[in-house]
Amino acid sequence: MNIAHLLAGKGRGVVTIGPEDSIRQALGLLVQHNIGALIVVDSRQQPVGILSERDIVREAARNEGVFAQPVSALMTRNVVIGAPQDDVQAVAHTMTERRIRHVPVMDQGALVGIVSIGDLVKAQRDQYEGELETLQTQLLAKHP
Amino acid sequence: MTQPGTEARPLRVAVVGAGPTGFYATDQLLKQAGLVAEVDMFDRLPTPYGLVRAGVAPDHQKIKSVTAAFEKVAAHPRFRFFGGVELGTHVTVADLRQHYHQLFYCTGAQTDRRMGIPGEDLAGSHPATEFVAWYNGHPDYRDLPFDLSQERAAVVGVGNVAVDVARILCRTHDELLATDIADHALEALRKSRIKEVYLLGRRGPAQAAFTNPEIKELGELADADIGVRPEEVALDELSRAALERDPDRATTKKVEILQGYALRGPSGKTRMLAVRFLVSPVELIGNSAGEVVAMRLVKNTLRATATGTLQPKPTDQFEELPVGLVFRSVGYRGVPLPGVPFNESWAVILNEKGRVLDPGTKQPLAGEYTGGWIKRGPTGVIGTNKPDAAETVACMVEDLAQGLTLHPAAPSAEAAERLIRERQPRFFSFQDWLRLNELEVGRGRAVGRPRVKFTRVEEMLQALGR
Repeated sequence: MNIAHLLAGKGRGVVTIGPEDSIRQALGLLVQHNIGALIVVDSRQQPVGILSERDIVREAARNEGVFAQPVSALMTRNVVIGAPQDDVQAVAHTMTERRIRHVPVMDQGALVGIVSIGDLVKAQRDQYEGELETLQTQLLAKHP
Repeated sequence: MTQPGTEARPLRVAVVGAGPTGFYATDQLLKQAGLVAEVDMFDRLPTPYGLVRAGVAPDHQKIKSVTAAFEKVAAHPRFRFFGGVELGTHVTVADLRQHYHQLFYCTGAQTDRRMGIPGEDLAGSHPATEFVAWYNGHPDYRDLPFDLSQERAAVVGVGNVAVDVARILCRTHDELLATDIADHALEALRKSRIKEVYLLGRRGPAQAAFTNPEIKELGELADADIGVRPEEVALDELSRAALERDPDRATTKKVEILQGYALRGPSGKTRMLAVRFLVSPVELIGNSAGEVVAMRLVKNTLRATATGTLQPKPTDQFEELPVGLVFRSVGYRGVPLPGVPFNESWAVILNEKGRVLDPGTKQPLAGEYTGGWIKRGPTGVIGTNKPDAAETVACMVEDLAQGLTLHPAAPSAEAAERLIRERQPRFFSFQDWLRLNELEVGRGRAVGRPRVKFTRVEEMLQALGR
């Protein structure tokens, strides 16, 4: 199973924000789309960072003025970027090991999606559940 | 007005596609507590079960036993099957919207991905899926010609379809006799002159998609030796490191099995099944008659991507493999349904968790849903479609509670049947299928086989006395 299969059922695409936009705008988007992270893109729609709810919470705990700050001040710049052909298992392992919750996905230079650790866990759970279901059916079947 | 879903006013659902996903979703809808649903299932073929009948290999009868569970689902009094009825040909989405509160599309991935290399369309080069549909007796593919007078064949890919094709090509007539392979294929394969079959994987043994039972089976064929090159199944540094970081027993075992095969010498069996790794076809070479005679392969090494996936990287080493028959099995694609939004990037219906989206607003279209391979792409085993269907059915139930359904003008079982009778008088009911099934199994019993399939629609009509 690869990342493309996870993106297929997330037809609404990626929610992005600009580095100069405010954290208030970012929070609005996170709530509106019920998501945990935004991809920060430059004017050419190339990712320059990622902004997660965690980044905002961390700053808000010590800074009352968090809302007016620009996205660029809080975003993570060192982003691990995935490809549609990447294996789900490898990506899940890398995310767990490096404690990353979101991976933007690019295909031929264009941003095509984002996968969260939740998406990966769900995909793996569905895979195991499916295999179990198939094995049980075969075990219970009267063998022809 | 109250929501549909009661005895007086049942929720009417049209399921388009009679494969596993359709049956899992139907079962979940009909068993939903506090909901009275009626399900009409459509399929373009006269027979149900999708790839369980037309895809799963005939020598894997045990996998096909899942149909017993589907048969139970179909016995529900509020379930009907309309076989031989195609969306776009006999009924349109607009028709369905007039008769159902909810539509569920689960039509699978019907075409193959292309390799995108020169010579791909030479005579003798085929999509593996067409060969599979042919040997399984799919009425649309039963008359396709495959030149089995060739001695060498290559199967590009190492997924389960590729493995099925290679295995069927290597089976003896006696082995195939014990299966429900279509009669025309049984006869053609009996005359097959294939001596060598090459299964080609672009990555290494640790990344191959086939399962351990599948690869074990390849080593136990009655009259075909398995051939593996030791240098191609020795683990490279990157694969070894990946396995150490993220140990996985199944992968370790898979590599062990393959390395075991590499130690085996030929035992004098008639056929040879060679499993190759770290090679990609770059060109098919033809003769003056436009027939494939060889394949040019590039040797690959592996490289790690940013996320740690090991991907093939071509080297500057090439080799030529003489083959007269090529089957490509490098992935599948869903095809758009007329009147249903499609996501070209992933070749699936445009959806979010199974809710079909409006391509303009990216908001859900009320009452339209999808499941299975046309929702998530071709991945997983049959059972994977159960949690997949459950995700969509949960959305259907949630939306129903919110009043977000279609508003059909004629939401009755009678009105729907009238429409279908008018558009496709030769439709097949589930009763028809049960009768055909009984006849097929009976024909098989007479000759000691699990079943002998009907492979033409006319033949089926005739058998039913219609």
